[in-house]
Amino acid sequence: MELTVNAAPAFVYTGGRSFDRQLPVVVLIHGAGHDHSVWNYQARHLAHHGLSVLAPDLPGHGRSAGEPLASIESLADWVEALLDAAGVTQAALAGHSMGSLIALQTAAQAPTRVTRLLLLGSVAPMPVAAPLLDAARDNRTAAHTMINQWSYTPASQLGASATPGISLTGLNLRLMERQREGLLANDLGACNAYQAGLDAASRICVPCAMLCGERDQMTPRRAVKPLHDALVNAAGGARMIIIQGAGHAMMAEAPDAVSDAMRGFLNSAPT
Amino acid sequence: MTQPKTFGPETLALHAGQSPDPAFGARAAPIYFTTSYVFPDADHAAALFNLERPGHVYTRISNPTNAMLEERIAALDGGVGAIAVASGQAALHLAITTLMGVGGHIVASRALYGGSHNLLAYTLPRFGITTTFVDPRDPAAWRAAVRPETRLFFGESLGNPGLDVLDIPTVADIAHAHRVPLLVDATLVSPCLQRPLSLGADLVLHSATKFLGGHGVAVGGLLVDGGRFDWEASGLFPTLTEPYDGFHGMDFAEESPIAAFLLRARREGLRDFGACLSPMNAFQILQGMETLPLRMRAHVANARAVATHLAAHPLVDRVAYPGLADHPDHALATRLLPDGAGSVLSFELTGGRSAGRAFIEGLKVFSHLANVGDAKSLVIHPASTTHFRMSAQDLLAAGIGEGTVRLSVGLESLDDLIEDLNRGLYAAGRAVQG
Repeated sequence: MELTVNAAPAFVYTGGRSFDRQLPVVVLIHGAGHDHSVWNYQARHLAHHGLSVLAPDLPGHGRSAGEPLASIESLADWVEALLDAAGVTQAALAGHSMGSLIALQTAAQAPTRVTRLLLLGSVAPMPVAAPLLDAARDNRTAAHTMINQWSYTPASQLGASATPGISLTGLNLRLMERQREGLLANDLGACNAYQAGLDAASRICVPCAMLCGERDQMTPRRAVKPLHDALVNAAGGARMIIIQGAGHAMMAEAPDAVSDAMRGFLNSAPT
Repeated sequence: MTQPKTFGPETLALHAGQSPDPAFGARAAPIYFTTSYVFPDADHAAALFNLERPGHVYTRISNPTNAMLEERIAALDGGVGAIAVASGQAALHLAITTLMGVGGHIVASRALYGGSHNLLAYTLPRFGITTTFVDPRDPAAWRAAVRPETRLFFGESLGNPGLDVLDIPTVADIAHAHRVPLLVDATLVSPCLQRPLSLGADLVLHSATKFLGGHGVAVGGLLVDGGRFDWEASGLFPTLTEPYDGFHGMDFAEESPIAAFLLRARREGLRDFGACLSPMNAFQILQGMETLPLRMRAHVANARAVATHLAAHPLVDRVAYPGLADHPDHALATRLLPDGAGSVLSFELTGGRSAGRAFIEGLKVFSHLANVGDAKSLVIHPASTTHFRMSAQDLLAAGIGEGTVRLSVGLESLDDLIEDLNRGLYAAGRAVQG
């Protein structure tokens, strides 16, 4: 469906079901250089299991108009505006990679509007390697190749796909290519510049879960600890869920495990 | 941080799409010879039908062995995915019916495989889809043939049987200027000699029966999506950009902006037209693909030598092989097929139809049959077999003479092939002398 957010058209995927604000709402926020389609399986699964899903294309991404926003803080403001546009008072937020920082910042700056927080493939701070930042600015093709190399496990790159007949790395390359010039550099720059993550995490009081790919090279398990430790005030303590065999692109590589973990967390009893 | 490295074609041909069998550790591709799949529970069953979860429901729609084949060809061609079907003809039909219905129009090269020509010229018009055939070498003709209802450009990497080289970048640019995709039949080159998607094509089909299998035991087809064509931006493809009542009201381009075509082709085309590939055939084609890079190199080496030999023979009027300098598309072949122009070639005997017949009957190693791309060398007389439905005028337009002979040069010892051809040429010479 299309909403108007900050006076610009925004596309929001709802997982194959009509959006119903009377149901518990979950917002799924994609990562750098991506769009809503990275959440296809999870969005459909949650939408068919009692939740109303908002999976937006962030400004300038996919089908959403407007200029890409250059900071995690401004993207968090945009997510708040999205909730307003959808007439949603409160929602759970889930974000992947850059989207996880947006979800984290939104939950910190608008604590009354966020009921639960799901951080997938997340670290804070999220420094981006200089060669990748340079390539995103000067040589997109090289940047896309690097991201594929580091986002998918060797088994995913060469072996059987989780989606029959689909090349996960091929699909991801084209998805990144489809985005406008300069967008990936903008997004990675926003991740790299965001330094408020640990402070934001310390202010999270709602239930929080972190999903980490067992073989994630972009946001590896060992790098997740500072953020996990900073979520000290999350209700019941932040849960850490390891997605076995998956890399950073866990929603595509292990769609069932990710969907099950998200649904389990979102449906769990309040702590 | 190490620099990224992608896998080479030899590695992809052996591994892409297949992980060691999780149940028993089998290294070879298991043949999942089953029509259907047990649902763990009712919720999982519903989730599979809702596309909440990936997986298999019924082999007409998808099958694990077929998926290995699909992912392997997608990796080799540089696509986002593929669909395995019962034959190359089924792949062409699936592509067309996914993109258009009654009133749709195709602009196609007139140098096509006879079966494709039949489908476009005779059969599809009965279903309201028409085709304008153009000289593949004439960019102005491609442009001039476009109508408001045009939805597809179609050509072959190497035209049949004149071996015209399709100028994919040029034709793709013309197609894209008119907001339609270019589909390329790459059967005669395979991904080892050309990757049309990297040259600008949007969709690729293969008759996997030919070089991909290589053994001549399994009929099959593959349709690969490059994922670059923006269906939404084009605005000409309601089958992909409007809700489809036949499948959850899905707007395929909204669901998957990149793989919308494959989604509709599988969820509608395979479901309703039913031209699925047997898992046994998929397995056999996979076995062939493991050695595809090695075989294509050997095919090309033998074909070059055979073409050179024939070109120097006094009974041969002309040889059509883009690898030879006198072929009108030689320069284009050098650019678009740098690793070789395949191993199919045709030539014209000076003695016409009777010489052609004597030549074929004089051969002992080449097999006279209607196929190409086998490991064994093959020969056929197109005017009386694959293209027999075409009028003399259409034959001429497609570059086929009455004495044209088509060879598919195989992997036998080169000396044996040359000796066999000399045997046939001797017989042809005697026939001409009367």
